[in-house]
Amino acid sequence: MKLSVWTYEGPPHIGAIRVVAAMRDMHLVLHAPQGDTYADLLFTMIQRDGRRPPVTYTTFQARDLAGNTGELFKAATCAAFERFKPQALLVGSACTAELLQDDPGGLATALGLPVPVVKLDLSSFSRKENWGAAETFYQIVRGLADPAARPTDREGRRARCNLLGPTGLGFRHRDDVVEVARLLETLGIDVALCAPLGASPADIARIGEADFNIVLYPETAGLAAQWLERSFGQPSIKTVPIGISATREFIKELAAIAGVDAAPALSSDQQRASWWSRSVDSTYLTDKRVFIFGDATHVIAATRVASQELGFKVVGIGSYSREFARDVRAVADRLGLEALITEDYLEVEATIALLQPELVLGTQMERHIAKRLGIACAVISAPVHVQDFPARYSPQMGFEGANVLFDSWVHPLVLGLEEHLLTMFREDFEFNDAKGASHLPVRPEPVAAPAEPVGGDLVWAVDAERELGKVPFFVRGKARRNTERFAAERGVAVITIGTLYDAKSHYSR
Amino acid sequence: MTLTAVAKSAESPCDAPQLPFEIIGENGQREVFCGLAGIVWLHRKIQDAFFLVVGSRTCAHFLQSAAGVMIFAEPRFATAILEERDLAGLADAHEQLEDIVGRLLGRRPDIRLLFLVGSCPSEVIGLDLSLAAQRMTAKHGVKVLNYSASGLETAFTQGEDRCLAALVAEMPDERPGAGPALLVIGSLPDIVEDQFRRLFAELGISNLAFLPARRSGDLPPVGRQTAVLLAQPFLAETARVLEARGATVLTAAFPFGAEGTTLWLKAAADRWGVDELTFRSVVAPGRERAKRALAGQRELLEGKSIFFFPDSQLEIPLARFVSQELGMVPLEVGTPYLHLRHLAAELPLLPVSARLCEGQDVDRQLDRCRSARPDLTVCGLGLANPLEAEGLSTKWSIELVFTPIHGFEQAGDLAALFARPLRRRDLLGIGP
Ligand code: SF4
Ligand code: SF4
Repeated sequence: MKLSVWTYEGPPHIGAIRVVAAMRDMHLVLHAPQGDTYADLLFTMIQRDGRRPPVTYTTFQARDLAGNTGELFKAATCAAFERFKPQALLVGSACTAELLQDDPGGLATALGLPVPVVKLDLSSFSRKENWGAAETFYQIVRGLADPAARPTDREGRRARCNLLGPTGLGFRHRDDVVEVARLLETLGIDVALCAPLGASPADIARIGEADFNIVLYPETAGLAAQWLERSFGQPSIKTVPIGISATREFIKELAAIAGVDAAPALSSDQQRASWWSRSVDSTYLTDKRVFIFGDATHVIAATRVASQELGFKVVGIGSYSREFARDVRAVADRLGLEALITEDYLEVEATIALLQPELVLGTQMERHIAKRLGIACAVISAPVHVQDFPARYSPQMGFEGANVLFDSWVHPLVLGLEEHLLTMFREDFEFNDAKGASHLPVRPEPVAAPAEPVGGDLVWAVDAERELGKVPFFVRGKARRNTERFAAERGVAVITIGTLYDAKSHYSR
Repeated sequence: MTLTAVAKSAESPCDAPQLPFEIIGENGQREVFCGLAGIVWLHRKIQDAFFLVVGSRTCAHFLQSAAGVMIFAEPRFATAILEERDLAGLADAHEQLEDIVGRLLGRRPDIRLLFLVGSCPSEVIGLDLSLAAQRMTAKHGVKVLNYSASGLETAFTQGEDRCLAALVAEMPDERPGAGPALLVIGSLPDIVEDQFRRLFAELGISNLAFLPARRSGDLPPVGRQTAVLLAQPFLAETARVLEARGATVLTAAFPFGAEGTTLWLKAAADRWGVDELTFRSVVAPGRERAKRALAGQRELLEGKSIFFFPDSQLEIPLARFVSQELGMVPLEVGTPYLHLRHLAAELPLLPVSARLCEGQDVDRQLDRCRSARPDLTVCGLGLANPLEAEGLSTKWSIELVFTPIHGFEQAGDLAALFARPLRRRDLLGIGP
């Protein structure tokens, strides 16, 4: 048993719904009690879908438990088939139904419906949402792929690939697919299939016709891509094109595998982000302290962009994707950090409070944490809220994605000369640091960083505390922490103005 | 369950009267929340209570999705998520639960009352939470209660019903020789509670209590002298256990709008023998204000048709309100359960042209809704945008549960909730 207040991932069947909701002409019959229908609102409200997810819930009740819930499942499956006429059916159990052991797969098969039935086994009491999505996509591909489908002779035709991984409720999946497809067009590579997003069961059947696969989101497509590699001999491209250097690498890999010229794509005039980062105004980005948390794919990519393309100082990274913990740890290792692998947002909050970064890149959870602590934040990964499904085109991948990253990560920061002016004229009544950066809404009063005594009973002298108040807000947390650490290490009991400036000079060496 | 089935089943002691409505009973897919949803408002209302759901990752995810971001600051609820090994041995599960509760209470000394909330998985594996609650009360010196809010047993607002019923068991017996007392049940926003308090005081009813109280320690006594007024229509179980303790449940319309609120107050006034003149003079100012506030909205809403999907059990009183007080035309009024007894004062005020639907088969209901093309559809969050995409105007029913809508002073706000989608449609120039 595990105590949970807020969770990064839902149960595995939510992952299954994310897959099926992205597809066409596929329907899921989920054996589940009535309350589980809440899943629909994730799609209709958060993602603003104009259609209900293609899911029928059996909504069994207490009185059905005494009778035959299996019959109920069969009736619901027949009715769903009659009404929605899908090309293929997906069947499975949510947590409660898993305990009933009704075997939806067997029951649905016994109905002898004239379409393929894909059964899911979702291990609700040990697995989570992303695993559920990966498993569902894998079962769909395995169940529906035509084993005879193979690429035609390469002679005289363009290379063809599958784009794998985008689902419902994914972070910017819709726009990433458009951006990557654009890039492939520049290279002269055809997209045979994009799945799950936009694919029908008939499309999936032809999955073997592509020359290779592009794994856009390893969390959802990794399992299926491995199987395709084994069963169809399709190689996969696993570089995730988030950031300029990753995109360039991605292009070169594509060019090599497809036998095309990389130059036109590499010389795209879309690459503004690198100049934006080099222009003098961005000098102020140097060594901005950033903490990064989210799913593995986005954290790994964001770490690279933050440290190599924006010149930030990454002070901590972590992920809730246990399945990919090893990859995240390896990235942390290279930066001399220890990765925080956890599903507990309280642990993430404590880490952020301790590190006092100037920028947090995270999920909706970190957005709240950063807000409470008065730290700037940008969202880089699911889970996300309704405001992270923008109306405008806003990919994360490709060169345009890199531009988006620059804008959305730099915007929350105080920049350029303003940083100095705030420091110099901090008592100006209109233009002072209590008002925050001039381009941002009034800053919420940060919850004082939990005054965890670094070494026992440190006290701040009143005038030192006042002096600390004059340090601009965007570095105040760091100054407090550095001073306390400095004092603790030297066994200073009362922090004076002198201690404050001693620490400043110590850390600016 | 059809209406007739409800009326005949063993738990239905009241005789179903002949109703003049077309009534459908449906038993297909229900598109409603489970009772866990009640925690979202109950944990705000009872300020020193903590709700610990014993359930699955689904339950935790549902609570998070229903609660949204509004209460991100460490909320007074959480889920103890059952894992593989808890399913293997109940003894072990009990031990783990004890552990979690121990740590929780250690960290939150402000908690005076802890609810262990049962879910579908905890019920299916047969985890006995009442036993656990008793043991923990003895061990920790903090009151630990339990109730079921599972989707197997409860739909949406019935979670509050079960919670309040659990509280009733803790209410002290009324003292011998105690005078008549009024108990209002159903959690109301504090501001509404205060408005009612003032009105009852002016009516001379000062021995008054609300359930739930803002502090868990303030449970009022109950007994033969207690008259109960339901502020919400979904409290059948709470009403039943109060009656079992000797209380009398007053039959009344629900306090929505000028008329509903008047009738609701009147039920109490009659019981207290308040004379007609006093009653009228007490309610007149509020009633007039409410009527004035409604008049403006009525212009827009009069003659507009409305279709209710089943959700909170507020549907029938609200259908009465919009037809009687705003001139709207209810086409279909769905409700998860039709508690005839507690709706006895409402149903006669509903136009007979309305079709009632108990239970649900969401796909069929959507068919009926599409072919009726109502001017306004009241439905859950999962259905609203898809219906809007089909060109229908909708009002999310959950807003009717989360917004102060009771009483004279909120009548205008309640009407505005129905008017806003239509007004917006006009503003954006979307055709009917
Ligand atoms: S319906 Fe049951 S399993 Fe689903 S969230 Fe509600 S209590 Fe949990
Ligand atoms: S009040 Fe409701 S539950 Fe009780 S007997 Fe009447 S219809 Fe049945």
